[in-house]
Amino acid sequence: MLSAEKKKELEEAIYAFVGKPIGPPFTGRDVVNEPMIRQWCDAMGETSPNYLDAVAAEKSPHGGIVAPPMMLQAWVMQGWEMHEGYDEPKNEEHRLHKLLTDAGYEGVLGTDTEQSFSRYLRLGDAVTADTVIEHISEEKATGAGVGYFITTRATFTDQNGAELGWMTFRVLKFIPNQPQQAASDDDGAAQPAKPARIKPPMGHDNSWWWQACTDGKIQIQRCGGCEKLRHPPRPMCGACGSMEWDAVESSGRGTLHTYTVIHYPQFPGYEFPIIAALVDLEEGVRMMSSISGCDYEKVEIGMPLQGVIHEDEDGFALPIFRPREDSQ
Amino acid sequence: MTTRSFSSVDTGEALPPLDIETTAALVVGGALASRDYTPVHHDRAAAQAQGLPDVFMNILTTNGLVGRYVTDWAGPDAVVTGVKVKLGGPNMPGDTLKIRGKVVAADDGRVDVEVTGENSWGNHVTATVTVALPGA
Ligand SMILES: [Zn+2]
Repeated sequence: MLSAEKKKELEEAIYAFVGKPIGPPFTGRDVVNEPMIRQWCDAMGETSPNYLDAVAAEKSPHGGIVAPPMMLQAWVMQGWEMHEGYDEPKNEEHRLHKLLTDAGYEGVLGTDTEQSFSRYLRLGDAVTADTVIEHISEEKATGAGVGYFITTRATFTDQNGAELGWMTFRVLKFIPNQPQQAASDDDGAAQPAKPARIKPPMGHDNSWWWQACTDGKIQIQRCGGCEKLRHPPRPMCGACGSMEWDAVESSGRGTLHTYTVIHYPQFPGYEFPIIAALVDLEEGVRMMSSISGCDYEKVEIGMPLQGVIHEDEDGFALPIFRPREDSQ
Repeated sequence: MTTRSFSSVDTGEALPPLDIETTAALVVGGALASRDYTPVHHDRAAAQAQGLPDVFMNILTTNGLVGRYVTDWAGPDAVVTGVKVKLGGPNMPGDTLKIRGKVVAADDGRVDVEVTGENSWGNHVTATVTVALPGA
């Protein structure tokens, strides 16, 4: 982690990039041409005659062959030089990324993009992109790690300076919090490693509780001084200040205090929607968990719940709650 | 190939599903067709250095497939005017990208189609594609 002072320095440096063009406007090396369109259509499985068949395209509203609209950015990609990477920054965007990389924000992840097309591109059009660093967020905690969202905006123009469209692109530049394991690969056909739940931080004060989950038990910490129960686990009793403690096993019986349904963003490793729940256990403590085995539309505050230990495919165990019949 | 007329489209219409087998040829071919030579899209060692098991599809290819999916349904003379895309997990060779879509708005000759692409990692892409149709 950066010291407060270093972080302030970093943020001053990165926010100075907002509003800057990444460099001079860049004109694509090739004008819009049939071979590049055909190569794109082959890969994408495009069969539209408006992209591929000069005779048919002549009768279309475009009056001749046009390029697929989603190809817009392809006309101004750098191409071959990209394979060398940009250890030596070549434009302001690279310089911004490098500042963050050098400060530990090594990961980069595209998160969203938006494009608008003013017209379709015709053969012979020359595309120029003028790209500006439009926005940098404050530091955010995300599923991938802590980082900054950087938005760039490219404006595309033709050989006459007329606008062809624009594109915004947002990336997260982040400190990876959980490097994913590359799957071993003996037959040359790697299988994607199945993503797993993000693990909670476990340390001296709480790992015993997670170990109990692995052993199939929902535990509640009990003060050694005044016997007050507390959750989540922590070193000192808030009532009497004692640091002595032991634990009792919960029956898992509880009622729903409140909940929220998470539809988005959908991190890999979870099933959506997630019904995130605060559960009042009958022993008198409140526990953060989730509800399964119940349609989220049927969830009601105050409903009786039963906690059980759930084990993920990777062996990680945690309590989850299911609806409980009152007769149980 | 005929183009849908605006008056024939109603909100809620589901597009025919499209399952795309993700091959190395598609990932690498799509990256090169979009002039994207970033190593993670053609070099497995580079992808593994970033913690992923294999090369993964670049965003231009994902967008290209989403665009094709919508215009395959709308017809060749439909005009795509814009697209909003949220990116999810990676799409790698050996996986099937299941593309689904439905019409979520139809107004003034323009139709918004919401498209999702899922694979074994979960959500790969969620997009809204706007197309202008004749016959408003
Ligand atoms: Zn106490």
